[in-house]
Amino acid sequence: MLVYGVKRIGLAVLITALALIMLITTIQFIPGDPAAVLLGPLATPELRQAFRVEMGLDQSVLIQITRFFSRAVTGDLGTDVLTHRPVLLTVAEQAPFTLALIASGIGWAALLGIPLGCFAAMRRGSLADRVIAVLSVSMIAVPSFVIAIYSLLFFCVRLGWFPTIGAGEPGDLGDQLRHLVLPSLAVGLGWVGYLARMVRASMLEVLTENHIRMARAFGLRERTITFRYALKLAIIPTVVLLGIGVGHMISGAVFAEIVFARPGVGRLMYDAVITRNYPVVIGGVMITTAFYVLCTLVADLIAAWLDPRVRSSL
Amino acid sequence: MSAPLSDAVAATPTRANTGRRGGLLRLLSDPMGALGIALVVLVVLGAIFAGVLTSHNPIGMALGERFLPPGALHLLGTDQLGRDLFTRVLYGARIALTVALIATSISFIGGLILGMIAGYGPRWLDSFLLLVFDALRSFPTVMLALALVTLVGPSLSAVVLVVVLATLPGYARVVRAQTMSLKGAEFVLAARALGAPTRRILPVHIMPNLIGPLLILASMDIPVVITIEAGMSFLGLGVRPPTPSWGSILNDGFSFIRESAWPAIAGGLPIVVATLGFTFLGETLRDQFDPRLRKDA
Repeated sequence: MLVYGVKRIGLAVLITALALIMLITTIQFIPGDPAAVLLGPLATPELRQAFRVEMGLDQSVLIQITRFFSRAVTGDLGTDVLTHRPVLLTVAEQAPFTLALIASGIGWAALLGIPLGCFAAMRRGSLADRVIAVLSVSMIAVPSFVIAIYSLLFFCVRLGWFPTIGAGEPGDLGDQLRHLVLPSLAVGLGWVGYLARMVRASMLEVLTENHIRMARAFGLRERTITFRYALKLAIIPTVVLLGIGVGHMISGAVFAEIVFARPGVGRLMYDAVITRNYPVVIGGVMITTAFYVLCTLVADLIAAWLDPRVRSSL
Repeated sequence: MSAPLSDAVAATPTRANTGRRGGLLRLLSDPMGALGIALVVLVVLGAIFAGVLTSHNPIGMALGERFLPPGALHLLGTDQLGRDLFTRVLYGARIALTVALIATSISFIGGLILGMIAGYGPRWLDSFLLLVFDALRSFPTVMLALALVTLVGPSLSAVVLVVVLATLPGYARVVRAQTMSLKGAEFVLAARALGAPTRRILPVHIMPNLIGPLLILASMDIPVVITIEAGMSFLGLGVRPPTPSWGSILNDGFSFIRESAWPAIAGGLPIVVATLGFTFLGETLRDQFDPRLRKDA
């Protein structure tokens, strides 16, 4: 476990570093002048030059990369052009909203997806199984922003059940939760589908194993077998899937935060693109990417801890 | 839980069981496949015959006819500028399918080449390429799109670039895994024993066995591509207005959701139809021709 853990953490660090190097290099090799795009057509040549110097874009790629990393290890990701505050601080302020959104999205996925998958596996080949299969595929296929807008239309505008904008009154947990229901559903619904399929498939696999047959031979009730013995094993692959899911939910959160006018990292970055606040955009991409790598790392470590067979795969 | 691709050779469709007629019949016999084909045909025909199916101009404004509900003259109603939404949806299909075709082709070919190099080449190159693929996949797609578009500005090529970066690693990994398992197959060893060089073995002996599974993968990736394109134009990062794209139509509808719900509904509808259609088709294709590609079975 220790060997696997060290190797896996090393890999995560390597992947994050490479991703960031690729991002910086791409910025350098992109055709056209970022200064011209960012400052707009009215900018004078002097202004553009000043911008390039300020952003370090006049230096060579190698210098930019080393400079970036030496700053990043101290937590300095640059300065917000509009507010002149550190980017890290700006992102950190918005992060709790997005984290709550993603956590609730995972909540939906686990709460609906695991029972659906179990149910389908127990009634393999039945009509219910087939309906769940088609439903799961549909939930995976339809983009989260369409779900966000349609649920906004139906539940907020038409039925008036949920509030449409904002994250709720600070300090009022009930209000905040009510504001979270629809955005988190939009973010998590696709993963209900993924999880249902994954749980069904791995349940079917586990149910054929010897210790389950043994439990049946002992005359244990089918429900006890399913939940006590089979589900425990079948749930392991879903942990890894949820780690990957977080990365997709970060993308989904951008849309949910815009559609439901919530604060958050996605909204922050979108606004930064509109106002051409370049350091916030790049800093935000780096933080979310690192966060995503961290989530897959944690998921892999949990899976390895639960299932020793995983440890030999690296 | 990674795809069990080791016996991919055996699962690769042979010419005998994928004859065009037999294949189509098999797809239609599955209700999900039949529905998928129907929806996909609807979208493709709509895109091709957009000019014939409607007499309206997709960017022609009529300010006296704003926010009309669906009716005989305007099948999906009109938007905030009085433009016919049905017409805009049809022309939007052209953008969606163009991006899907171009981006998927680039990812397909790029993934094929890089995957074969990783799978057949020396170990250090394989490890390096794997690391690059993993690094590429560690960017959340929308974040990558936001970053790139801030730098190059919104355009169709920016959308294609983001889609390729997001999907190419997936193709490359499948090709790599298959190439590695084919590397030790007897017919490849035989070819090598007869003195065939790598530049002959890869395209002549290995590549034909990769195309089948890769085509199925591509068909399953199309809904993802459509989602990225629509999502980017929803955020204003895709084709520029007034050119109609499904995402921008949806965003227009969303901006005026208090005036009328119809434009938002009309903007989401084609995205639902297209993603469901292509997904159903792709899933059925895989189940019928290459069940081993299933990630979760």
